[in-house]
Amino acid sequence: MSLRPLKSGQIAGTFIIIITLAGLMAAMLGCAAEAPAPAPAVTTPAPEPTYPVATPKVRFKIATTTSLYDTGLWYYLEPLFEEKAKVELDIVYSGTGAALNQGRNGNVDAVIVHDPDQEKKFVDEGFGINRRAFAYNFFMMAGPAADPAGIKGLEPADAFKKIADGGRKDPNNIKFVSRGDSSGTHGAEQRLWANAGYTYATDIQKSGPWYIEAGQGMGPTLIMANEQNAYVLCDGSTFTSYRGKLALVLLVNKPSEATLNIYNAYAIDPAKVKTVKIKQANDFINWLISPEVQRLIGQYGVKEFGGPLFNPINDGGCTYPACPDLAENMIPIK
Amino acid sequence: MDEFLQGFIKAFELIVTLDPEVMEITGRTLAIAVSSCLVATVICLPLGSLIQFKQFPGKRILINLIQTFYSIPTVVVGLLVFILFSRTGPFGIFNLMFTPTIMVIGQAILISPIVLGLTISALNSVDRTITDTARSLGASGWQTAWVITREARFAVTAAIILGFGRAISEVGLALMVGGNIRGFTRVITTAISLETSKGDVELSIALGVILFFIALVVNVILNGLQQRK
Repeated sequence: MSLRPLKSGQIAGTFIIIITLAGLMAAMLGCAAEAPAPAPAVTTPAPEPTYPVATPKVRFKIATTTSLYDTGLWYYLEPLFEEKAKVELDIVYSGTGAALNQGRNGNVDAVIVHDPDQEKKFVDEGFGINRRAFAYNFFMMAGPAADPAGIKGLEPADAFKKIADGGRKDPNNIKFVSRGDSSGTHGAEQRLWANAGYTYATDIQKSGPWYIEAGQGMGPTLIMANEQNAYVLCDGSTFTSYRGKLALVLLVNKPSEATLNIYNAYAIDPAKVKTVKIKQANDFINWLISPEVQRLIGQYGVKEFGGPLFNPINDGGCTYPACPDLAENMIPIK
Repeated sequence: MDEFLQGFIKAFELIVTLDPEVMEITGRTLAIAVSSCLVATVICLPLGSLIQFKQFPGKRILINLIQTFYSIPTVVVGLLVFILFSRTGPFGIFNLMFTPTIMVIGQAILISPIVLGLTISALNSVDRTITDTARSLGASGWQTAWVITREARFAVTAAIILGFGRAISEVGLALMVGGNIRGFTRVITTAISLETSKGDVELSIALGVILFFIALVVNVILNGLQQRK
């Protein structure tokens, strides 16, 4: 018995295709691979450092909170910074808790977050340095137009009470969708429950089917609340940018210290995480607080949504005790 | 219903006009899946032959173990890769988190059990008489192994293509270690996941249709191969 002759034409063809694709791929990945950081240049007195055209692009990673990502703000700012600083800016989005952990794990060079308590811990641990606030807005409450719990126009604490009491009695009609992901918005929600006199872990989290923990970003959480006809706590910017997709209406809109939401940028301390690209991180933060970008942030959304989505930190409206000292905040990092 | 239809119309517009974002995401998805497939193949083919042609204690148990890993959840592989490659992890110095490279590594780990296990099955199912004939004609151990591998080539290719199918359709791993970075690590599945959760279905539908089409092509090839043996 002899072996069958090789019928390898077709199979060889398949392999050739695979190998060709792999070659293309290798080329692509090669281009995408991290370029070595240029040696730290001697600082020149020129205010606008110029970059040689042929400088290989550095990849610089930030973790950002989902509310900023879902509004499209980064899609708007990213190319501008990349053009200016000649870097590739890679943006990973997650809630504040997860974003800070990406910083602790050394997977990103800077973080953009909005949770005072978690941020304080991050700074105390020695990870977060060079904080600059660059934008703010206020948390708002949205819900079904029929407003079964009757919260329209109430103070946030009273609205939370009505939802919690109503939800326990009538979980089919009164529901609340929480971020449930240790994000800044989730933190703000927990503070508001505390203001309303509840212990979050026992009175709210495990109190029944009315309280829904989404475990997702701000945009997806809004979509979920919309599907469930539920109440939701949301930052005003994301709500405005999603309004066209939602049947939910704004019910509580009370700018105050309790609903203030400040977005801070931090560089990760290279003393803690050796690999941090501190120069790019500082450049990025300085860029965010520059008058030009502050103006751009204030204009973002005007065309598309009929009004600005975010308040730039320097607009003079942030006068609450929790607001940063502007004179200090706007000084660029050296 | 109207929204549904509108979504489809827009989706087809995106495909027909070769929308740059759709094309870019599709190209990257193919590139990453093909390379992970290639990595898995390069490792698993020789390893599979070794396991099949060598006799050693615990061989049966090893093969059972490999087969158990066929259905390892993608997020578990994601977790493993995250722990290993986070900058503070053992392989952190390579600085690979949130890059296409780490997605290739993760997918290769994910599909290796399938490629390995099915390669062993393929080699195992080659007619016993072929082995005997080769042996009786004076073939050495390595020559016999080569003859059997050549006989099993269609089944082995089918194993690789199945691995490719799993790699291209997974989402958990790509999201966890790739980070879904626009223009860098965003692939079809993670883009669909993000866009749908944001309530933007047009791009999702377009990419879904493309992924479905890729699956169809893969299946046609697979069927063709299976009928050849």
